[in-house]
Amino acid sequence: MKFTLFLHEIRRNKLSLIIWSVALSWMLGICVFIYPEMQSQMGDLGAMFSDMGSFTEAFGMDTLNFGEFMGYFGVEIGNTLGLGGALLAGIVGITALSKEERDGTAELLLTMPVTRRRIVAEKLMFAAFHVIVVNLACVLVSTLAILAIGVEADAGKIALIFVANLIAQLEITAITFGLSALFSGNTIGIGIGVSFGLYFLNILSNLADGLEFIGKITPFGYANSGYIIENAKIEILPVIIGVLLGGLGVALAFTKYTKKDIKN
Amino acid sequence: MKAIETHTLTKYYGEVRGIDSVSLSVREGEFFGFIGPNGAGKSTLIRTLLGLISPTSGTAEIFGRDIVECRIDNLREIGYLPAEADFWSGMKVRDVLRFSAKMRGLNCDSEAEELAKRLDLDMDRRVSELSLGNKKKVGIVCALQHRPRLYILDEPTSGLDPLIQQEFFAILKERNDEGATVFLSSHVLSEIKKYCRSAGIIRGGRLVLLDTVENLAHTGVKKVSVKGASAAPQILGIEDVRIDSDQLTFLYSGEVKELLRALSELEVSDVNISDPELDEIFMNYYVREAE
Repeated sequence: MKFTLFLHEIRRNKLSLIIWSVALSWMLGICVFIYPEMQSQMGDLGAMFSDMGSFTEAFGMDTLNFGEFMGYFGVEIGNTLGLGGALLAGIVGITALSKEERDGTAELLLTMPVTRRRIVAEKLMFAAFHVIVVNLACVLVSTLAILAIGVEADAGKIALIFVANLIAQLEITAITFGLSALFSGNTIGIGIGVSFGLYFLNILSNLADGLEFIGKITPFGYANSGYIIENAKIEILPVIIGVLLGGLGVALAFTKYTKKDIKN
Repeated sequence: MKAIETHTLTKYYGEVRGIDSVSLSVREGEFFGFIGPNGAGKSTLIRTLLGLISPTSGTAEIFGRDIVECRIDNLREIGYLPAEADFWSGMKVRDVLRFSAKMRGLNCDSEAEELAKRLDLDMDRRVSELSLGNKKKVGIVCALQHRPRLYILDEPTSGLDPLIQQEFFAILKERNDEGATVFLSSHVLSEIKKYCRSAGIIRGGRLVLLDTVENLAHTGVKKVSVKGASAAPQILGIEDVRIDSDQLTFLYSGEVKELLRALSELEVSDVNISDPELDEIFMNYYVREAE
């Protein structure tokens, strides 16, 4: 079993892998590095942050203590890895299959003696690989940064936050990957739209009474640092829903792409 | 053995006609030219055979194997050159060719090297920097390097300079002599005439003619040029009438005696009856398509 296409994808997307890894992990690293400075100037800032009413609620900061490192980290990771990662996942997923038609390479790729199923599988593998590599870079850099500033941190909860974010991103990747099989041409807008759409749905569910159930179906619902820090666990039901939605995306990709009329 | 055989193969893109009930057969070892104006359905037929698009109805086989059921087995024996294809930007020519071979589970380095040399293609350039003609060469090497049993080439010579065209056809001829089947589409008639043994004409999605190039050239149609007459004789079988100053030209299919009798009734100062050039026969079909 040679993963020729998977390796080909890695080679072609080296730059994208490096840029995303560096950008997101450094953003996280910088956030951690400025914590001691922030803390010394914080004073009443923590209280202010937790007292901004619905704004605090919208971003899930009502349950976080901004004055402590974990609270601070929880908010920052939500803003950087949460949103940045969702963007990455949306773009990686939506372009995976559709870019071959956009770039005029589908004609060659799909007349090689390899089943479409195999092509979908290796493309999916690469999309997941892309997201995982960027997340590993984030874990690595933030761990080093935390060790460097010597702050007290709960390793278990941090691990859970990273795991929840990774699952969330993989879910978005899988959903947009499914959509990728339906479209050809320039699809990045669709990917970004799905990512932001889910993000704002989550904000909406935080804000409006009676819309909490929406939070359960967006990946941002379970990748919620506040809940994880408070309860030291990931909410399981939204994860199951997320896995199912992701599974639907993957199933869509396999069923649609194997029968798709390729545009030239 | 038939290399390609289609049975009322039809492809519609929604309401739009691609090909309509095309029944075609190409023997193994044939050098086949597929001719038709732009939009006639040449690429649609080719892309259906390769499984890039699925037929609306009808069936087809390649080396006796169904194009849908046995797509992968078929693709293994096909070298395909798309009419317009691009490559993965950022890659070098050599890497594109290697990737293409690897996806077939092969190593074709020496064959690729040889072909690149003959076609004057620099393997160390990045594909994104290449001109249209050079991109075409990369496509050609991709289609030829694994020495397939069947070559399907969609307008292979567009963008190539005449010297490279000549070399390209020389390579195809060698492969054909070794037993491989060549199926190429073109709207360059001289190309078909020079290299192909048989040809099919497609217009408006339908196959309108299928024969050897030799038979096509001797269809019994005569090209008649007449000086002095102002109108063509009023008999059946006259087509494609053109008037150029004092000269009248038309194609005639039918009894020669009938033609001579009709001509003798006209004011004729000079007459020339000959076999038409293959180009003119094809043009005749092209023009009918336009009408």
